[in-house]
Amino acid sequence: MDTAHGSADRAQVRFKIWRQESPDHEGRFEDFRVPFHKGANVISCLMQIQRHPVNAEGAATTPVIWDSNCLEEVCGSCTMNINGRARMACSSLVEKLPQPIVLEPLHKFPLVRDLMVSRQRMFDALKQVKAWINLDGTYNLGPGPRQSPKDQQKMYVLSTCMTCACCLEACPQITKDNKFIGAAAISQVRLFNMNPTGKLNAEERLHGLMQEGGIQDCGKAQNCVEVCPKEIPLTTSIAAMNRDVTKQLIKDIFSADEQTKEASGPG
Amino acid sequence: MAAARFTVVGGGLAGLMTTIKLAEAGQQVDVLSIVPVKRSHSVCAQGGINGAVNTKGEGDSPDIHVRDTLRGGDFLAEQTSVKGMCYAAPGIIYLLDRMGVTFNRTSEGLLDFRRFGGTLHHRTAFAGATTGQQLLYALDEQVRRYEASGLVNKFEYWEWLGMVKDGEGKCIGSVAMDLRTMEIRTFPADAVMLATGGPGIVYGRSTNSVINTGSAAGRAYLEGAIYANGEFIQVHPTSIPGEDKLRLISESIRGEGGRVWVPKKKADPRPGKDIPEGERWYFLEEKYPKYGNLVPRDVASREIFYVCRELGMGVGGKDAVYLDITHIPAPVLDAKVKGVLEIYEKFVGDDPRHVPMLIWPGMHYSMGGLYVTFDPGPNNEPVVGSPKNQATNIPGLYASGEVDYAYHGANRLGANSLLSCIYAGQIGGPAMISYSKNSPSGAAAASSKFFDQAKSQWTERFETLRKMSGPENPYEMNRQLGELMTANVTVVRHNDRLKQTLDKIQQFKERWSRCNVLDTSNNANRALSYVNQLWNMLELAHVITYGALLRDECRGAHYKPELQLPEPKTKDPREDPEWMAAWRAQTDKWRKTTIARYNKGMPEISYEPIPTPVLPPEPRYYG
Repeated sequence: MDTAHGSADRAQVRFKIWRQESPDHEGRFEDFRVPFHKGANVISCLMQIQRHPVNAEGAATTPVIWDSNCLEEVCGSCTMNINGRARMACSSLVEKLPQPIVLEPLHKFPLVRDLMVSRQRMFDALKQVKAWINLDGTYNLGPGPRQSPKDQQKMYVLSTCMTCACCLEACPQITKDNKFIGAAAISQVRLFNMNPTGKLNAEERLHGLMQEGGIQDCGKAQNCVEVCPKEIPLTTSIAAMNRDVTKQLIKDIFSADEQTKEASGPG
Repeated sequence: MAAARFTVVGGGLAGLMTTIKLAEAGQQVDVLSIVPVKRSHSVCAQGGINGAVNTKGEGDSPDIHVRDTLRGGDFLAEQTSVKGMCYAAPGIIYLLDRMGVTFNRTSEGLLDFRRFGGTLHHRTAFAGATTGQQLLYALDEQVRRYEASGLVNKFEYWEWLGMVKDGEGKCIGSVAMDLRTMEIRTFPADAVMLATGGPGIVYGRSTNSVINTGSAAGRAYLEGAIYANGEFIQVHPTSIPGEDKLRLISESIRGEGGRVWVPKKKADPRPGKDIPEGERWYFLEEKYPKYGNLVPRDVASREIFYVCRELGMGVGGKDAVYLDITHIPAPVLDAKVKGVLEIYEKFVGDDPRHVPMLIWPGMHYSMGGLYVTFDPGPNNEPVVGSPKNQATNIPGLYASGEVDYAYHGANRLGANSLLSCIYAGQIGGPAMISYSKNSPSGAAAASSKFFDQAKSQWTERFETLRKMSGPENPYEMNRQLGELMTANVTVVRHNDRLKQTLDKIQQFKERWSRCNVLDTSNNANRALSYVNQLWNMLELAHVITYGALLRDECRGAHYKPELQLPEPKTKDPREDPEWMAAWRAQTDKWRKTTIARYNKGMPEISYEPIPTPVLPPEPRYYG
C-alpha cells in the first residue's frame, strides 16, 4: 500500500550479526547490507535477510535465527544486544542507530542459536516467588476488593513487565551459571504484595525472595532501571522489597522463638 | 510413559483459560505453544474487554450486549454462544479482577468502563491500553501455579503439526515438533483443544504477531475439520503501516474521544495540526451522527477507503486519514491510553498528544475459523459441561478463541475478542472432560500403531522438506501472497479480482514445490518449520478467497460494491418497504454459515442455515 508513511530510499543499512549454529559450534560475526526503508527497525531488516539470505560478500547464507512475536514492544520476545546494549529489536529504529549495527545474543542466558537464547530462568524465578494470586477458583464470586485509582496506576506500571530480560542482562550480579532471580521477579513480588488479595500471601513471596538466588544477591548497581524498556521503577521495587524482607526476617526469628517456647511446653 | 489426559495447543487467553478449567478439575494438561505462553498474541489486544456491568447508569444489560454483538456481526454469529458469552461477561470481568488484573478504577475504587465501537454504552473494562497483556499475564500466573503443583506441563517452543486419529477417525492425540531440537513426537490425549489464534500472516503484514500463520487451523482443515466463514476478515480502521507489520492503534483512542478527519481541501499541504477546525472534514461524525467515530470497524474501514480511494481526499492525496486526540488533556490520555500513544511515538516518532496521528486500515482479525458446535439449554445459552460445546466435527478435537468461527459473525465488535477467548476456554475445558468420560476408549486404550504411524509420517515429511532446494524463497513467497490477499480480499472485493486471486493462489501452490528450505541445520531450524506452515497458509488463503468469491452479497466485513443494496429512501431503512423487501430477500438467501470442507485439493463449500433462537435478524444501520 502506498501510504503517507512509506517512501523507499536507495541507501543501505550495514549489519554485523552474531552467527552460531548451536552452543557446540564456533561463533562468528557475519556482515550484511540491507536496503533502507523509512521507519525500518532491526526486525524488519532481519526479515529482509530472510527473504534474501545473502551476506555482504554476496555469498548465500542461512536466515538469521532470532525470537520475536508482537513487534510492538509488548510481548518481550525480541531482546538482543544491539550495539552492545540489551534492548527490544522491534522498537530499535535503524535511523537512530550508528552503523554497522552490531547484533549479538543476550550474554547472560544459554544460547540456542544465533540471536536466540533461553530465558527459562526468568519464568522459573516467577515460580520461586509465587508471583500469582491464590485464587479460590474460577467460579463467579463477585468482584475483587475496591482499589484506589492511585494504587491501580502504581500496580499497572509494575504489571507491564514483559519478562524481556533487559534488566537481567544489564545486571552485574547475574551470570550464566548463578541463581540470582534478578530485578524482574523482585518487582513482581512488590506487585502481588500490593494487591489487596495478594497481600494475604505476602509472606510466602517474601520467603521466596529469601531463598538461594534471592534479593540478598542484589549488588545495587542500578543498571536494571536504566535499561527497562517499560520504565518500571525496578530499584524502587528492590528497595521496598529489601525493607519487607528485613521485617520478615525479624518476624520469622520471633515466631521461631515462639514456636520453640510452645514446643518446649510450660516451665 | 504416563499420558497426560488432555492437550491444549496455544497459550493465549483461550488456551490458558481452557488449561485452568482442566487443571482446576484435577486433570493433567500438556500445553503446547510455539512461543513461551506469556508472549502469545493476546498481549497485543489493547482496548479492553466487554461486559454489561452497567456502572454508569445507562441501563446497560447482557441482553443489549447480545443485541449489539449480533447486529455488529450482521446476524451471522452463532446465537447461543453469543448469549452465553454476554451473560457470562460481567462474571468473567470480576474473575479477572480477582486474579489481580490492574483494571482502571473509578474514584470510588470500582472498575471503570469505557466506550467502544458498535455500542452506545460504557461497557469496556480496561487496564490502561494493554488490556490483553494484563489479562494474559493473569491467566499465565494461574497456569504457572498449576504448573508448580504438577498438573500442567508446558511445552514451549513446540509446534503442533497435526492430529493422531484412531481407526474410527477420532482425534486421540497430536504430533508436534520441538522448534529448538527439531525432535518430533506424539502427545496422546483424550481430547485436544486447538487455541491457536488467527491467520493474519496469510495477509503478510497485518496487526497480528508473527506466529499468527493460521497454520494449525489450516492443517486441521486438511485433516477433515470444517473451516467456517473464512471470508469474514476484519480490517481494523486504524493502524500504522510499517515494513514488518501494521501496528494497531486501538479503538480505545476513539472510545476516549479520538476523532477521524481529513482536510476539506484535497491534498492540503499544511501539517495536520495547522489546519483550522473549520477546514477539517469529520466524515464519520457527519455521516453517523449517533455513533460518530464509534461505528463498527467494518463500517469505519469502508468509509476511510471511500474517502481516500473514491474521493481522493486522503491526507496529502495518499492512503491516510487523521486520528486526532490532541483536544484531550495529556494526563487523561496517559492514565487511559498511554500504551497506544507510546507505540505511535516509538514507531513513527511523533507525539500524538500534540500531532494528529496518520492511520490506515490494516488486516486485524478473522471472524471465521474452525467450525464448532454448542449445546443449547432451555434458556438458549450453551449448557456448561456439555461435550458438544466448542467441539469441531472431528470427535475429540476442540477449538476455542480466534481459531473458532462462532462468536463474531460477519464482523467482530471491539473488546469482544478477549471476552470470546476466555468464555470459549471456560466452556471448552469442561466439554473436553465430559467428552473423555463419555468415550472410554480414549488415547490410553488406543493401539500404539496410530501414534507410531503418525510420527513416522511427519518425520518423513520433514525429511522431504529438508531436501527442498528449488529457487523459491518461502519468506518472499509469503510476502507476495500477503500483497495479493491484502489488495483483493480485504475491504472492497470484486468477483473478477477474486477469480484472478484464486488463479494466483494456485500458482503459489505450484511454486511452493519449488521452494528452497534455506537451512538444513538440526538446531532451531525456523525455515524448515516455515516451509511446512506456508503450505497450510496457502490452503487457508484458498478457503478465504473462494468463500469470498462465492458469497454474492454484502454482509459485515464482506463487501462487494456491485452487490450493495440501494440506499433506503427513508432515514430509518425499516420505514422503506421496498428496501425492506430487498433486504429480506438477501437475508433469506445468504444469512448462512459458509462451510468449507477439504476435498481432493479443493475447498468444497456449502451453506448452513443459522438458527435464531435469541434474536431474529434486523437491518443493520448506525445512523
